[in-house]
Amino acid sequence: MSRWITVEKRETPPLGTRLLIPLLALGGTFLLTSGLILWGHANPLRAYYYFLIAPLSSRFSLFEVLVSATPLILTGASVTFAFSGGYYNIGAEGQLYAGAIAAAGVGLLVGGLPVPLAILVLLVSGFLAGMAWAWLPAWLKVRWAVDEVVTTLLLNSVMAYIVSALLNGPWRDPESGWPQSPEIAASAHLPKLAARSRLNLGFLIAVLTLIVLWYVLNHTAFGLKLRAVGLGKSAARFAGIPVERTMFAAALISGGIAGIAGVCEVAGIQYHLIDALSAGYGYTGIIIATLGGLNAWGVGAAALFFGLIDTGAQTVSRVLGVPVYLGEVTQATMLLVTLAVLLLQHYRIRIGRR
Amino acid sequence: MKIIEMRGITKRFASLVANDHVDFDLERGEIHALLGENGAGKTTLMRILYGLYRPDEGEIRVEGRPVTIHAPKDAIALGIGMVTQHFALVPTLTVAENVVLGFNEGFRLDRQRIAEEVAEAARRFGLEIDPAVQVGHLSVGQRQRVEILKALYRHARVLILDEPTAVLTPQEVEALFATLRRLQHEGLSVIFITHKLAEVMAITDRVTVLRDGKAIATVRTASTNEEALARMMVGRESFGVRRETSARRGEPLLRMEGISAVDDRGLPALKRVSLTIHSGEILGIAGVGGNGQHELAEVLSGLRRPTEGRLLVEGRDMTGASPAELNAAGVGRIPEDRHEGIVGELSVADNMALETLPRFVKKGRLDRQAIIAHARRLIEQFQIKARPTDRAKTLSGGNMQKLLLARVLSRKPKVVIAPQPTRGLDIGATDYVRSQLLAQRERGAGVLLISEDLDEILALSDRIAVIYEGEIVGILPAQEADVERLGLMMAGAAREEVLP
Repeated sequence: MSRWITVEKRETPPLGTRLLIPLLALGGTFLLTSGLILWGHANPLRAYYYFLIAPLSSRFSLFEVLVSATPLILTGASVTFAFSGGYYNIGAEGQLYAGAIAAAGVGLLVGGLPVPLAILVLLVSGFLAGMAWAWLPAWLKVRWAVDEVVTTLLLNSVMAYIVSALLNGPWRDPESGWPQSPEIAASAHLPKLAARSRLNLGFLIAVLTLIVLWYVLNHTAFGLKLRAVGLGKSAARFAGIPVERTMFAAALISGGIAGIAGVCEVAGIQYHLIDALSAGYGYTGIIIATLGGLNAWGVGAAALFFGLIDTGAQTVSRVLGVPVYLGEVTQATMLLVTLAVLLLQHYRIRIGRR
Repeated sequence: MKIIEMRGITKRFASLVANDHVDFDLERGEIHALLGENGAGKTTLMRILYGLYRPDEGEIRVEGRPVTIHAPKDAIALGIGMVTQHFALVPTLTVAENVVLGFNEGFRLDRQRIAEEVAEAARRFGLEIDPAVQVGHLSVGQRQRVEILKALYRHARVLILDEPTAVLTPQEVEALFATLRRLQHEGLSVIFITHKLAEVMAITDRVTVLRDGKAIATVRTASTNEEALARMMVGRESFGVRRETSARRGEPLLRMEGISAVDDRGLPALKRVSLTIHSGEILGIAGVGGNGQHELAEVLSGLRRPTEGRLLVEGRDMTGASPAELNAAGVGRIPEDRHEGIVGELSVADNMALETLPRFVKKGRLDRQAIIAHARRLIEQFQIKARPTDRAKTLSGGNMQKLLLARVLSRKPKVVIAPQPTRGLDIGATDYVRSQLLAQRERGAGVLLISEDLDEILALSDRIAVIYEGEIVGILPAQEADVERLGLMMAGAAREEVLP
């Protein structure tokens, strides 16, 4: 007779287990990252206080959390849209920059327009630019079955060079000589939502995008078709859904949403196009979408959480003298732990004799 | 001298008995056919011999000595080799590398020596093949030769071939048979799994017929004929559900005119098929699996474009129409593989609505309540054991099939395409599906029933067409059809005048 540990599959996890998941993930992440924090000669509990609690304790840092979350909500929504349709868009980063270029270019021309109109023009042009940059891989995918993971990923590098070329060529700032585009017209600046903070209209645009995402995915025929294609291509095709066309639409809209993220960064924060506009928001969007379970509210929660850690990481680094990269390490660990926990919820572990 | 003896082999998969006390023996230097329909247990028995499955009961002897075969490696050590339908070759490696893969001793790979050895083996066994060429560049017939060479290189004295001709052209079949005869003279024993009677008669010395997991008989090929084998192979069973009235055949609904199509590899799968489905009849398509049924169902479902010919629905040309267009034209299609026809992660209600989404849209918004109400009605009407909000993948096979039937039949289609509608279902669900198909016929719909189960075809069909290698080799009225006649046609041994 010996002890056995068996792992068996179960269909639907009980509700209690599902509610435990975020807590388990947080606990696991804490345990795993504590070692690194100790190695950096800091107290893990204090570090986590600055990560998770401190940013919420002042109005200024709370708004900073929302500012950090804005591009992540948008790229997360972008990726969610594509992934839901079974199109694995890894190119949100490039599409974001496409939108940013459009915003920086069009932003120079809209000086004479009233503010709401100028902003609308910027958003539309950014959306179209993101779509345009997403078009080629989408077309290659549906026409020639070229793997979109590869093409969208590689186009990110192409876009990085295009931005670099623009900033070191035609758009180099004539006065300072810095590689940054001229400032966009004042009428195109996204209005601030609060005095003495960077919080701007972009956050509301992001929240609105999430609401639209939720509505489309869950309450329209197009959304159901999209999910059917993503979850079972052959069944969708059999049921008469135009699989390729649906996927193509998902890819383009995803690119457009990523483009909006670029617009919000240019018109809401920087007012210029710069090389370092995005701190990998397009890639983080993939993590956000995955953590959020391709669900609009999940994406919102994950983006806010990442915004919190981003903001907190600055404080942790300043106060405790550990590298600021700890924030990224924590986010990445969070993803891995959450995925592991999500996987485990479909299994039951038994310890018994036989 | 018997080289292989299998005694009382039993193998169960859950409730299914795949092999039921099967006895089988193989003489040295003989070619022995294992004949039976799909699912008769031929492949299972051979997988046991090759160590891929463990028998639940029974004994295996090799040259009189009892052996236990745990894995293919044990079988290989005993001189048993197997070539399956799906080749286990690495396309990017050369023939020589594939042949020695997993068999070369030592750490270092001496490509030069390997190539020479394999070339020498190929010469010795008379298997013409260039050892230096990449397997990816070879034709299917050549790849099979590599598989045989692989087995012989491992000193196989017994070669198991699982439906070796299924993927070959007639010329390649001839070449294979010539090779087998030569190897037989050199003392090789061959077990030849097949369901084609002509091949049994052409190449084998003895035949063992399996049916429903049981060995029916072992006979000398010279002392039997195709008719007797067909009878043994197909057998008879009685079913609860069968057609009672004769057809009140109405006007033609769906017409295929000289339709040809290719399979996924681009090889011809349908050859100028012409069929007409009338109102109020069930047209059965009989045939052994893999003779074009899959492609036929796909063409009629709008999933595969024919390369020539026309498809007419009520006189309207629908050639190359999409699934949605066929749906709209009144062609109800039940998916051949029910798991591929259902989005498992979506709810039962969503799956039921998927074909007719515009019906559930109100002012641009998806009317969830209408979708759920629709699902409730169908669940009630078709006696499905599920709730509308259950994820579809949690349903049993029978309930999944009922879901798909409900989705199609609730729209009262004019034509119903039903490929393998009862495959894998238990008896209760099978009877239910069959009675639903008969109800459609009563209603005046035309039903195309594609089935590999001859009893099902005979029980339900008003007319029976037989498909063999992508061609309709005959169409019989049900009263003229019997198992023997159909069995011969299914095995390509006989043709009937094709009636309009």
